[in-house]
Amino acid sequence: MTTQEKSASLPELIDPRGPRVTASITLLVLVSAFLTHSTLLVVIQLIQFTIGGFVSPKKAPYGIIYRKLVQPKLGGSFIGEDIRGPQFAQKVGFLFAALATVGAITKIDLLFTIPVVFALVAAFLNAAFDYCLGCQIYLLLQRATKR
Amino acid sequence: MRNLVTLAIVLLLSSLYGVWFRKTRGTMKAHTNPAVTEIEIGESFGARLTLLQFSSAFCTPCRATRALLSDITKGLHDVKHVDIDAESHLDLVRKLDIRSTPTTLILDSRGVEVGRAVGAPKREQVVDAITPMDI
Repeated sequence: MTTQEKSASLPELIDPRGPRVTASITLLVLVSAFLTHSTLLVVIQLIQFTIGGFVSPKKAPYGIIYRKLVQPKLGGSFIGEDIRGPQFAQKVGFLFAALATVGAITKIDLLFTIPVVFALVAAFLNAAFDYCLGCQIYLLLQRATKR
Repeated sequence: MRNLVTLAIVLLLSSLYGVWFRKTRGTMKAHTNPAVTEIEIGESFGARLTLLQFSSAFCTPCRATRALLSDITKGLHDVKHVDIDAESHLDLVRKLDIRSTPTTLILDSRGVEVGRAVGAPKREQVVDAITPMDI
């Protein structure tokens, strides 16, 4: 009957279609990076993840592309989504992209390929199946690291 | 060419996982665990059932699940919805082996788990699970 509401300040809500479009662009960029071994593409992705993870997914390049180009065409109303979920996923992406960038610069092939594949899989699951990375790994991280 | 084959295999495996993931989310299944107490969740139990939802901040479907469960239980006097933050109840999370959010447990009046849905459940699944069988 009653729901225990958190009294903390309400989180910012965003259009849930934004993160999925972002994931789709990310997938394209990472597939291209994987096939061409392009350092530039991985760096572009690193920039996206850095801003998306540490500033706001709305201010990151793909988020801006979504709001300027895609959202006006979609129109319609949406049920807002907590921004912290997608932002956490962008932070995880940042880790992979940072490793891949180091791999690209140092020319260590596996250090480039493996993180790119991991990030690519996450982006694919997010884009195609609405997979929520934060839901799956955040609690496991907490369980493993905190008492 | 080798890269393309690798990519195809990776995407195929991810798709298989994704399909499995989508299929299993929200389905009700009971696990055998030690009973939960009212002290552990900081709320009293419902007279017949309690829908105990574990949520986290970084979880997109938790909001939708919260809205769904509170809507379903709104008209019921003997079923109560309790939403708790998994992160601040880590001992309980370990005891009940909660691995992802949202996870919803159906507890009987003694706090014994009689059903569990991992991921956002669908309305019919919840309604089916909480409808008394002896009517």
